[in-house]
Amino acid sequence: MEIKKGIGVSPGVAISTAVVLDAEDLAIPRRPVDPKDVEREVERFRDAIKRSLEQLRELRTAVTSRYGKEIGGIFDFHTGIISDTSLHEPVISTIRAQHVTAEYAVSVIIRRYASNFQAMSDKYLSDRVKDIYDIERRILHNLVGQKAESLSHLDHDIVVVAHDLLPSQTAALDRTHVKGFATDVGGRTSHTAIVARALGIPAVVGLGNLTAEVSGGDTVIIDGNRGVVIINPDEEQLAEHREYERRREVLEAELRELESLPAVTLDGHAVSLQANIEFPEEIDDAIKRGASGIGLYRTEFLYLASGKEPTEEDHYNAYAESVKRLGGRPLVLRTLDLGADKYTQAKALSPERNPFLGDRSIRMCLHDIPMFKRQLRAILRASVLGDVRIMFPMISTLMELRQARMILKDVEEELEDEGIPFRREIPVGMMMEVPSAAIMANQFAREVNFFSIGTNDLIQYTLAVDRTNEKVAGLFCPAHPAVLTLIRDVIRAGHRNNVSVSVCGEMAGEPLYTLLLLGLGLTVFSMNSPDIGEVKKIIRSTTLEHARQVARRVMSFDSERQVLHYLREETRKIIPEVF
Amino acid sequence: MPTASRDVVISNKLGLHARPAMQFVELANQFSSRVQVQSLAGENVCADGKSIMQMMILAAVEGTPLRIVAEGPDAEPAVEKLAALINDKFGEE
Repeated sequence: MEIKKGIGVSPGVAISTAVVLDAEDLAIPRRPVDPKDVEREVERFRDAIKRSLEQLRELRTAVTSRYGKEIGGIFDFHTGIISDTSLHEPVISTIRAQHVTAEYAVSVIIRRYASNFQAMSDKYLSDRVKDIYDIERRILHNLVGQKAESLSHLDHDIVVVAHDLLPSQTAALDRTHVKGFATDVGGRTSHTAIVARALGIPAVVGLGNLTAEVSGGDTVIIDGNRGVVIINPDEEQLAEHREYERRREVLEAELRELESLPAVTLDGHAVSLQANIEFPEEIDDAIKRGASGIGLYRTEFLYLASGKEPTEEDHYNAYAESVKRLGGRPLVLRTLDLGADKYTQAKALSPERNPFLGDRSIRMCLHDIPMFKRQLRAILRASVLGDVRIMFPMISTLMELRQARMILKDVEEELEDEGIPFRREIPVGMMMEVPSAAIMANQFAREVNFFSIGTNDLIQYTLAVDRTNEKVAGLFCPAHPAVLTLIRDVIRAGHRNNVSVSVCGEMAGEPLYTLLLLGLGLTVFSMNSPDIGEVKKIIRSTTLEHARQVARRVMSFDSERQVLHYLREETRKIIPEVF
Repeated sequence: MPTASRDVVISNKLGLHARPAMQFVELANQFSSRVQVQSLAGENVCADGKSIMQMMILAAVEGTPLRIVAEGPDAEPAVEKLAALINDKFGEE
């Protein structure tokens, strides 16, 4: 038994069989393979070679037709190496003789060749080592990809252990059988964390070199509550975690009964509970869990899933499909919110020194208008299919909002000229996640139809805390009176100007803050759909009057400790199971 | 089994870099004979003439003397064509 401590980023406990994904660019650990599985590894290697060759052939054709035969010819060298028996034979004999994975054998052999190249004095020849590594990446990618693909059709439950989950990998997962994630790297806002919370499965990240310590087939407990992963647990550990799982199932059964009931307080005040999603496929589950609409569609996953910019049709298809699944319920599409923590930094020509304060989100869109317009066109085209709304993220000044609206107007005119139908007066909203905007909410309210408070960024910018930085993450707290004051003021400004206000940050899905937000006058809560049940339970168990009293009391405190303590007491009275 | 051999000197400017080496390997693979290429400079490294990886590792820059040895039914035409490719500087200049 081995216990590893990481950061719990999505709650819950999963006990299951591990599948280990090796990502590219890694030192591949030497992992033993059962002698009876050796031939399967050889077969996987052969498949990966076949696939690599097919990809190169396609790439060559595409590049040749675009740039001519000369340039297309550069792939001949890669093709030559990949089909070279001088590569195949040592890899296969290493797998057979040492009982190791295909990944390990490939990386050992390729690296041996690479060192030969590196040692050459001729600059041109020694430079070919880059091609050799590129070839290694391609083969490894196809080996890992095979596994990722086989994860899309599972017949039993598993937990996924990876260095860092790639968007392309999570997009391909069979969601019904994946019960948890554990990764070597990552923080609370990493892709793994977001996807895990969206799926409602436990996840622990930042576990160091977990991938080297877990072998495929090991039993693993992922405890997202305590941020712990236990490899091959003993009986006592298993019993304890099974007991937790059981209690959790009892509560969930109770919450399931609430799914079809409205979110109304005991004194008849109705609120709307909506869901945050990344993929259209999540909509069915969200509706089943009682979501009355999608309050936040994070469209950046269209960019992340394929690693390249989606076309207008890619956008349109995803949005049209979402509208169809929603059957008339509202869909709030947040325009591209990339930058900072997400993958752009790795791809940037010169990484930003302070990406969270840099060229991200709406700023990035306003710097790349053709890209921005492609997305807006697709949204407008989809707007005739149902209740579609647009939301601009990370607005910090009125000028940005006006610029974004102007571009939207341009796109509308273009569609008009082309005779393509779209919904005129499509509702336009903005995220309230930068303090400058929250402070000026009254002015902004005159220029938009709705606000949505993004608490994660609002907290980070208000408190000057990067919560992915473990040294200061403890300072990150939604209950800080400064944050609560901003949230209260935004809700008030909305009410005063007849602009609807929602919270779509994590705070909306944390039962601890439900009474407070309700009492502050919030009417739309948008959260990861697994959280809807608990929040609804609290709403249905209280009165608006009581919630207002709670909110008044909270606003009189001057420290987050008092706030947290008081809210915990009040919430425990309603759902003791959770606290 | 007939064998044949030819000695040549790499005379193109960039030496046996990726593209010429590929040309060589592709041509060698058109023959059924086994093709060995031995570098006569220094360490006498020997490479399988049908393997791009091994041919690259010869690190045959301009001026490197090589011996092409073929063994098989078409050994003679093989060494002849392969030697011609090198002497023609792979059609580079």
